[in-house]
Amino acid sequence: MEYIGKSVIRKEAFEKVTGKAKYTNDFQETGTLHAKMLISPYAHANIASIDFSEAWKIPGVKAILGDEPFPLVGEEIKDRSPIAYKRVRYHGEPVAVVVAEDPITAKKAVDAIKVSYESLPVVNSPREAFQENAVLVHENLDRYEKREGVYPVPKTNIANLDKIRKGNMEDGFRESDVVAEFQISFNPSDHAAMETRCSIAEIRADGEVIITTSSQAPFAIKKLMEWYFGIEPGKVIVKTPLVGGAYGGKAAVQLEVIAYLASKAVAGQPVKLFNSREEDMITSPVHIGLDASIKLGATKDGFLKAAEIQFLFDGGAYSDKGVDISRAGAVDCTGPYAIDHIWCDSYCMYTNHPYASAYRGYSHAEVLFAFERTMDVLAEKLNMDPLELRYKNAIRPGDTTPTQVLLSSSTVGNVPKCIERLKELMNWAEGQRMEIDDRKIRAKGISCIWKTSTFDTNATSGVILTFNPDGSINLMSGVVEIGTGTKTVLAQILAERMKMDISKIHVKMLVDTQTTPEHWKTVGSRGTLMGGRAVLNAADEAIRKLKEVASCVLRVPVEELEVADGKVYFLDNPNVFVEIKDIAYGYTFPNGNTIGGQIIASGNYTLTRMTHLDRETGKGKPGPEWAVGAQGIEVELDKRDYTYRIIKAYSVVDIGTVLNEKAARGQVMGAMSMGIAFGGRETFVFDPYGRVLNPQLRTYRPLHYGEQPEYIIEFIETPHIIAPYGARGGGEHGLLGMPAALGNCLSAALGVQLKHLPLIPELLWRAQEGWKDDIV
Amino acid sequence: MISFDFEYFKPKTIQETIHLFHSLVTKKKTPLYYSGGTEIITLGRLNLVYTDAVIDINALPEYHTIRFSEGYLVIGAGVSLTKVEEENPFPLLSKTVSEIADRTARNKISLGGNICGDIFYREAVLPLLISDSLLGIAEIDGLHYYPINKVFNREIQLQKGDFLFNILIDQTYLDLPFVSMKRRQQWNVGYPLVTICALKKDEEVRMAFSGVCPFPFRSVEMEDVFNDKSYSLEDRVRRSLQYLPKPVLNDVEGSSEYRIFVLQHTILDALQKLEGGPNV
Amino acid sequence: MSNPITLNINGKKRQITVRPAATLLDTLRLRLGLTGSKPGCLNGDCGACTVLMDGVPMKSCLMLAVEGEGKEITTIEGLINTPIQKAFIEKFAFQCGYCTPGFLMNCHALVYTEPNASDERIKDWLESNICRCTGYREIEEAVISVLNTVKGTH
Ligand code: FES
Ligand code: FES
Repeated sequence: MEYIGKSVIRKEAFEKVTGKAKYTNDFQETGTLHAKMLISPYAHANIASIDFSEAWKIPGVKAILGDEPFPLVGEEIKDRSPIAYKRVRYHGEPVAVVVAEDPITAKKAVDAIKVSYESLPVVNSPREAFQENAVLVHENLDRYEKREGVYPVPKTNIANLDKIRKGNMEDGFRESDVVAEFQISFNPSDHAAMETRCSIAEIRADGEVIITTSSQAPFAIKKLMEWYFGIEPGKVIVKTPLVGGAYGGKAAVQLEVIAYLASKAVAGQPVKLFNSREEDMITSPVHIGLDASIKLGATKDGFLKAAEIQFLFDGGAYSDKGVDISRAGAVDCTGPYAIDHIWCDSYCMYTNHPYASAYRGYSHAEVLFAFERTMDVLAEKLNMDPLELRYKNAIRPGDTTPTQVLLSSSTVGNVPKCIERLKELMNWAEGQRMEIDDRKIRAKGISCIWKTSTFDTNATSGVILTFNPDGSINLMSGVVEIGTGTKTVLAQILAERMKMDISKIHVKMLVDTQTTPEHWKTVGSRGTLMGGRAVLNAADEAIRKLKEVASCVLRVPVEELEVADGKVYFLDNPNVFVEIKDIAYGYTFPNGNTIGGQIIASGNYTLTRMTHLDRETGKGKPGPEWAVGAQGIEVELDKRDYTYRIIKAYSVVDIGTVLNEKAARGQVMGAMSMGIAFGGRETFVFDPYGRVLNPQLRTYRPLHYGEQPEYIIEFIETPHIIAPYGARGGGEHGLLGMPAALGNCLSAALGVQLKHLPLIPELLWRAQEGWKDDIV
Repeated sequence: MISFDFEYFKPKTIQETIHLFHSLVTKKKTPLYYSGGTEIITLGRLNLVYTDAVIDINALPEYHTIRFSEGYLVIGAGVSLTKVEEENPFPLLSKTVSEIADRTARNKISLGGNICGDIFYREAVLPLLISDSLLGIAEIDGLHYYPINKVFNREIQLQKGDFLFNILIDQTYLDLPFVSMKRRQQWNVGYPLVTICALKKDEEVRMAFSGVCPFPFRSVEMEDVFNDKSYSLEDRVRRSLQYLPKPVLNDVEGSSEYRIFVLQHTILDALQKLEGGPNV
Repeated sequence: MSNPITLNINGKKRQITVRPAATLLDTLRLRLGLTGSKPGCLNGDCGACTVLMDGVPMKSCLMLAVEGEGKEITTIEGLINTPIQKAFIEKFAFQCGYCTPGFLMNCHALVYTEPNASDERIKDWLESNICRCTGYREIEEAVISVLNTVKGTH
């Protein structure tokens, strides 16, 4: 193998270090108009009146949108007006949009719009939303159009409920000697991708809608535009250049719709809508919050018997992706453990908070914080080493998941091996908590992780290969380059299969839904599995076509030919060969006769034997495989003032096969960094009126240089048999266990069970010194 | 992106500057002096600051210099925070400003801009509050020097059209024993929960605070308590709190209860360091 | 309101008229087509817009274009084949690449201004930029590898 496992430099590297790489907002065509949003300062209010007259007086204003009943949108339930109509339900919601000749004019006009609001009582947490007699965020939930398989409960704030029923809870708790109960909660937060979202829309004279956008889901936009506005998919062309970080936040479709409406209002002229940082943080969809209660039962020697779980996800004001995120939470509602009796109710709740999009890990880091914290609570009750408890219960081939999928060593990675390795790396034997002096404590905490990706059961990925006259290949895939380097990995897979020099593979970075084959969505770490399989299929077709032509030229049967090193040659005598460059565009005999033409090959891949989940029990196959791992954190804590430093962070991830060493490490490390920030610092702070008090990077602070710990990352390789070279998804896993491991570590250090995120010193101080638990 | 428009002036002398300001006011304009400019740009973008005439004072001679003169350290108010750090004429000041914002921003933020800013931390003023510094204020009839406590009370007290031109610090203060500590909500970046600057002069501790209240301050009453050695350190810290100005901040960085908790430890650390003598 | 100004960018003089209220970042991107400098916050918090003014890193969203007169401005488009660019590629010091121009400008200034920078100094400089994709270790490695070679040539 030449390219698999190698740290091949990403194909777009030179573009990115020279400033030439183009992201959506870097496209500036003359004639493009600029849109600017006016956003709601209230979390819940009626719009009593709205007056555009002053705004219209500003020269250069082309259109003002708002105060209009636009078609309702939403991925599963159509509950959201793209621009608020008569009512706002979250702080930051778009209330009006101005289209003008330039961004300054648009902003001036937005400042000139006068709105008067009548404030309404707010639903400020999912727990509050769940109370009987709670204020309703949507009174007319029953009237919304929705997809199949979504079950909103009218006259409540429940957007959806997914149930897991496995085994029998009575049996489970009867078999248990020890029961541990725990409740956790944390607020929504943000993805904070460095590129804020941007969309440009234009409607051509023939009705074609062209959208250029920073999105993880260009193909989904086409389908949604049909569902929302009845536009035939062939008439919607979505282009996505490089994306400046996404982490799930760009899987939601929002600005695209607003930009389309804006373009429509100016007779189809191109309109650009670019989020300010503040808008990107609260107006556009955010990272979901959660309130969870967990009850675990175990025998006295530590075997898990029962898990009873309730999740109240803070889906925010509109259901959009929240419904599917809370479903994914139900699917993997426990950690990676063998448990016979599981009961889980996973609710997506409406609140007056910004609404949710996917976030790296798709609810798994959130669920694991709840479950893995409870595991430590249980370990304490059992008086058992928490690592030992996890090892004992680690899920293995032959066990079933909460949705009752029977696992094999191909479909689940090796959890026990990950734990064993973590134990060694962390030197767990020296103890979990050590007093260094009368103030400093060193402590360690761990978390196991797992994840499958819940895709649509018919999610597909396609690849087209076209040859150039020099024998090089253009690789076109619908995977969006969001920073994960997947397109480079696809090139590696192609080079490996074609046995050719990777520099001869040209990867098309821009996705254009008209010319690029579909890749369902660039989410859930599935680019390599799906895109990779499609590449292999396409490569096989290319090889077959090359051999067909070569067979005529060389007068050797196809079966006796081989493709490698830019040639097609006779297996028995490699000196009998034809160069690919001489057949890539057909072969021309000396007399001018030509056979064949440009070689074009395609391939696609659809996930195999996925099923819908049963409404009552959740039974079904939600994803192709579970990638697993074990993670840890080591901190040094000052007992006096509760400040701490994360010294080391560990990840042992079963990644199947490492396809690109440095890229894989980079993914895991980056995800760990995000997970540490989510666990240790990031949160939206809401005031009692549901307003976000910190929608800026100055007050909402991702990890900065110098705050990173030492990262210790190792890979276990248990192949996923049907995946290209056995690789498992790994773009998210580094994040999943970080908040839980940090919580476990600090809880052990302090001897208090910590329940909330982020774990800032003030929170530790409150927990330890017995302040009322008053964190919203 | 600032949506309002303004005229831009860059005068060359103090006199010209002040006259320009007043003539703009007569023309019903809302002029603002522009030093580092970071607040005008960031707050202007959010319509929290408005001006239709910016007077950039960075061309004024001496506005960017650090020099010694007649027993004083003289720092132009336009000097960037990084220049203060790099030239390091007053270690307490250097240490304190080195924790403000981040280094690239400090290349732009001026000392005077931080002291006169709208954002209420204004940490650069703390060392000046405890070193009997003089502020050189440019006024219509020229430059005048005032003891800092006459012109700075929670915020700078300037007549309309006046501006802070330079700062004088008696050289005898420059190498006194000092501490400068900043405590944040979490880890290394962000606004302070508490910033303390303290120095010891003639065996007396002086201390100034930021982050605790929505303004920086020095409290003589608190200092009296700190210096009353008939009490233990812990007692002095506890007793000093009764003189804490109000309100104590309660915001996204931390609650007021927690700030007081952090404040106590920080004062204690500061006192311990200073009382341990210069060699500790 | 527009003022004519001359900016010296990447060694070329460019004459333009700008609103005095225009930031340097907007001017570079919207008027001069230099889109390498990125808007990440427009508030001085992220460093994606960092350029060099007479060799000193500055957040171009925190300054007016008119302030750039008489200065030598370097943007990412003016960095060509520098050791830090090579090191970023070799050390995988970026993923999505959006923070990269800002980081590169700051790192480039760092290695030339303080060729003997300690870990503490590196931290002091690089705290100014946010990267949401990497774990910063790759960036650290890239900077250190260049510092070592710069030191080697002195
Ligand atoms: S855009 Fe200038 S610092 Fe973020
Ligand atoms: S590489 Fe994406 S933000 Fe740094």
